Amino acid sequence: MASKSLYSGRDPVLKKRDDFEDVLEERRNSSDLRYALRCYTPALYKGLVPCKASMLKSIVLQSDSLQYVVGQVSAECGESREAVQEEAALLLEEMAHRLQLGTIRFFAFTLSKAFKALFRGVCVNEEGIQRLQQAIQEHPVVLLPSHRSYMDFLMMSYILYTYDLALPVIAAGMDFISMKFVGEMLRMSGAFFIRRSFGGDKLYWAVFSEYVKTMLRNGYAPIEFFLEGTRSRTGKSLTPKTGLLNIVMEPFFKGEVFDVNLVPVSISYERILEESLYARELLGVPKPKESTSGLLKARRILSEDYGSMHVYFGHPVSIRSLAQGHISRSQHNLLPRHIPQKPTADTQAFVNDTAFRLVRLQEENMVLKPWVLLATLLLQNPDGMDLSTLTEQADWLRRLALAFGAFLDWPDHEPCSKVISSSLALHKNLVCVSGGRVRLVVEELPGAESATEEAGFNRAVSVLSCASYRNQILHLFVRPALIAVAMQTANCSRKDEVFNCFNFLRNVFSNEFILCPGAAVQDFEEACYLLGKCGAVQELQQDLVMSQSGQTTLAFLCSVLDPFLQGYQVVCRYLCEELEENLLENKFVPAVRSFTLQLILSGSLKCYEALSSDLQKNALAALIRLKAVRRVKAGDQVTLKVNKIAVNSLEDTLGKTNPCLRRL
Amino acid sequence: MLSVILGNRMKQMFISLSLSLSLSLSLSYFFFPFRHDIMKWNGWGYSDSRFLFNKKGQAEFTGKRYRLSGLILPSLKDWFEGTFGANLQHKSPPALNVSAVPPPNLNESFVEELKAAGVALSQEPEDRVFRSHGHCLHEIFALREGRISRVPDLVVWPSCHNDVVKIVELACKHNVCLIPYGGGTSVSSALECPPEETRSIVSLDTSQMNRILWIDEKNLTAHVEAGIIGQDLERQLNESGYCTGHEPDSMEFSSLGGWVATRASGMKKNIYGNIEDLVVHIKMVTPRGVIEKSCQGPRMSTGPDIHHFIMGSEGTLGVVTEVTMKIRPVPEYQKYGSIVFPNFQQGVACLREVAKQRCAPASIRLMDNEQFQFGHALKPQVSSIFTSFLDGLKKFYITKFKGFDPHHLCVATLLFEGDREKVLQHEKQVYDIAAKFGGLAAGEDNGQRGYMLTFVIAYLRDLGMDYYVIGESFETSVPWDRVLDLCRNVKERIVRECKERGVQFPPLSTCRVTQTYDAGACVYFYFAFNYRGLSDPIHVYENVEHAAREEILANGGSLSHHHGVGKLRKEWMKEAVSTVGLGMLKSVKEYVDPSNIFGNRNLL
Repeated sequence: MASKSLYSGRDPVLKKRDDFEDVLEERRNSSDLRYALRCYTPALYKGLVPCKASMLKSIVLQSDSLQYVVGQVSAECGESREAVQEEAALLLEEMAHRLQLGTIRFFAFTLSKAFKALFRGVCVNEEGIQRLQQAIQEHPVVLLPSHRSYMDFLMMSYILYTYDLALPVIAAGMDFISMKFVGEMLRMSGAFFIRRSFGGDKLYWAVFSEYVKTMLRNGYAPIEFFLEGTRSRTGKSLTPKTGLLNIVMEPFFKGEVFDVNLVPVSISYERILEESLYARELLGVPKPKESTSGLLKARRILSEDYGSMHVYFGHPVSIRSLAQGHISRSQHNLLPRHIPQKPTADTQAFVNDTAFRLVRLQEENMVLKPWVLLATLLLQNPDGMDLSTLTEQADWLRRLALAFGAFLDWPDHEPCSKVISSSLALHKNLVCVSGGRVRLVVEELPGAESATEEAGFNRAVSVLSCASYRNQILHLFVRPALIAVAMQTANCSRKDEVFNCFNFLRNVFSNEFILCPGAAVQDFEEACYLLGKCGAVQELQQDLVMSQSGQTTLAFLCSVLDPFLQGYQVVCRYLCEELEENLLENKFVPAVRSFTLQLILSGSLKCYEALSSDLQKNALAALIRLKAVRRVKAGDQVTLKVNKIAVNSLEDTLGKTNPCLRRL
Repeated sequence: MLSVILGNRMKQMFISLSLSLSLSLSLSYFFFPFRHDIMKWNGWGYSDSRFLFNKKGQAEFTGKRYRLSGLILPSLKDWFEGTFGANLQHKSPPALNVSAVPPPNLNESFVEELKAAGVALSQEPEDRVFRSHGHCLHEIFALREGRISRVPDLVVWPSCHNDVVKIVELACKHNVCLIPYGGGTSVSSALECPPEETRSIVSLDTSQMNRILWIDEKNLTAHVEAGIIGQDLERQLNESGYCTGHEPDSMEFSSLGGWVATRASGMKKNIYGNIEDLVVHIKMVTPRGVIEKSCQGPRMSTGPDIHHFIMGSEGTLGVVTEVTMKIRPVPEYQKYGSIVFPNFQQGVACLREVAKQRCAPASIRLMDNEQFQFGHALKPQVSSIFTSFLDGLKKFYITKFKGFDPHHLCVATLLFEGDREKVLQHEKQVYDIAAKFGGLAAGEDNGQRGYMLTFVIAYLRDLGMDYYVIGESFETSVPWDRVLDLCRNVKERIVRECKERGVQFPPLSTCRVTQTYDAGACVYFYFAFNYRGLSDPIHVYENVEHAAREEILANGGSLSHHHGVGKLRKEWMKEAVSTVGLGMLKSVKEYVDPSNIFGNRNLL
């Protein structure tokens, strides 16, 4: 299903965005205690069926749909109905939230203290809040925040409490449950817990989906979950997961609710709390297990300055309006609605398409800080830049970004140099200025050579940390950049040729960036429009030609994609050259990593981003999708079978995108 | 004023003196007591019965025919203004313009032969316009504006089955288009003349075929001519101590033939059944000849029941001329009743339980809160019989049983029939079930008033149209588990569509469950809005109704429970019965009426 013209043909610069208000300002001027204890009377859904958390559980357990599956499971596995019902009750017990206002008040108090220590400000668009308030009263609401930090869902509940809005129930990963006390605290503040994988477990699925749907139908509370499924470690949005989205849409498809409002929320951090943690994780240092003591150790972060953060509540998206003309609800007329039904291909495509659109809406309203531009430029100049050059280019890039519709929080009244120096100061752990030159900070190893693995690793940490900021702006540049690379590769200015190259690259990178499936033409048109508008290319009848002044822009855009092109090439090269017959899938990342590190240490590869496991996994996923690699399951293990000819030709094609990349 | 004009209009009929020597001029005038004498030509029902706001600004229902007639309705004005934002100052007087009727396109030789055969006929504009429409909003609205589109070119009044046979034969011979006309109460655009029809269109009015031909007390059947009007049929049977028990809301005006042709449903179907349960034998004249079964056996296994090709054929296959119907002795005892529920959900749950236990009274209907409030607006000033419902409720239920929110409560009206003892027993059973769902008995008067409103509610639309308010009702049938969802979604869809289309005041969007079945219920929606500020209110209205029907279908409701498809809902037929199903119906039409003599273009 092609995504509709939600993005094409309209000028992104004309997008109206709301103003922000700092919610911490009042907290700095009045008592946190009084705030935590104040009268809380949110406006509720007009069709609300009032019920307590415990009551909710019994509704779910007695529901027709759960009873049906209990009967099915009991017939299949030969256990008694009661035993299966008991099992379902336990699953629900493990899952269910126990939202309590008292806990919320406790969090309101403690988080006020914490946020004031961490952030200079927490900026919220109040118009968005007003829209949300309206939406909550009209139809069940699903809140869909972006996910960059653990802080996200605490922050969401905090803000909703602050504005006297209905508190959400939040789908959280099971990982938290292992944190003693904290897990229960989160449960009492509205979190409900889902196992990360429950593939074939029919009963689990039934309990879980009925639990969510019951809350939605009754208008119990706004339901909050992360479309991306997990925190993005790279600053880029992740390919959305559709499981939960499917569940919350179903009551609409089956006519059980008139409509459901989906509210994308964009949460952006000037400095991410988990910044270097993420970089290390991407380089293979395993993620520390969530533990209470770990959280307490993290206290030292309270003494650092994390700048400000922005929370933008987007326009509610009505599922009804989206589904108009795409979904025939009458398809559910002939089967009792409590019998679980796999979504049809049409429905699945619609849900998938919607998920992508919503992630794009999240991306669109992410606030970009000046530092994001600086990080972009610094990564393109790995040997550092003169401060004056950086200033000059940052100003240029600012204008380009604005022309592309960036939601840039650049203080207008301050001189450019001042903006830059304060940005650099906030990120002094990543960059330093010495002798008029700006360069990345790399942890020096005492007395060691610069060519050791450890030194390479340290540099990679800096590069990947920096890249996580550059990545925040990629959604803006990725389509024009794909055209820029395509124009270079096509070696001819014919529009259809360029489009073919564009389409190929778009296809290769569709695990890497948010590119709505089936929207290649719209993406192409949108990007052409933007490039035309900023004067980089001219669109003629049949051709797409670079304008005289377009060189700088196109070169810049090409280098934006450069690390990804190189990274994918390295993965291809690895699969062609190094692979033994049976590579286990779970050995793939470490193997590619060491292969890449060797290339870097030998000096034949300069691109440290190729070390990112995220990129490597995305590349593998793309190769599997393009059928150049096959996954073969044998028992518990999955091995990778490589079609070397296909991989080789892919590498060649990628190599053509940039002449200087041809030889690694 | 309207009634005065109509009253003065001489109803005239051409009857040819069908002698061989007579030429076209040798006509004589007879006076026939035709119903359109006493009925409105551009509104609902009897000319003498209508709502109006008197000089004091109080609402009043005129005439003597109904319990509400001649009474003052003090709260109607406030409800009217409050619900629609309609102001009584903004009156839009109906325009009257009969002279705009196009001249008839006559098939002269057909007319000649008809006259020769002695069939009554007319080409008077009034007669033709009167039979050119049903009671869809757009039809009445156009008439009030004086806009007249294609109307029949000729009206014929057969007086018996053999007349119909003759007319159909001649129509085939001369290739004219026949449109059967019974009571004219269609709400599916079924009577509209297809504008693309180039042949002469003849309206075949069955109203003179209105006799009960025989009553068979041994088998409890009556053989009746199909043109008889519902209330006449009941009255005449009552005289012999019988009834059919078939009481659709339109029974004052609709005909037996019309019921058969649309698969009608009556209020008391729980005891007597719907039309398909009531008919034993049907005789229909088609271009291929007469279709009927050879015996009156109560049930047959002789392939698909040919009655089911006839019932619901909506005048596309032929004219139903005679019907044998089941009859029952008039019930010894009737008792009305009503139950108040705290909310609509509880009410529906109760109705479902009643249906499950198969103990539904003759009629059980559940109105939602909006309709309950509307019912109050029609409370007359002086009311010894109509106890002050709201006051009673406020005092009794709301204070004593605090759970009842006047903005959520809803009311079920009941009608029990049978012998006295059984009725009382039955009544207790139903009230006991209701109590389990929080229902409280609310008295006989309220129940009776509810049913009386059914008959006068249609008059109210004419009043609305005087004040920029247009509206209509439509129905569906739906499985039990989807009743609540369907009602909520359709009502909300109406509100939303109105808003999106620039309707400035929130519309009246209300529903009631009017019939219960084992596997589902029939739901009726009422929808009206104030159209001030809209340049094309009918277009807006039609769009909203269209959207509402889409919503019904999306929520598992049927295309129609008993109104039929006509031309209004034709576009959904394929979806409703599948391509093959539609093909089957088409092939029947193809065989029975290959030249499309019955060319009203309904259904298919």
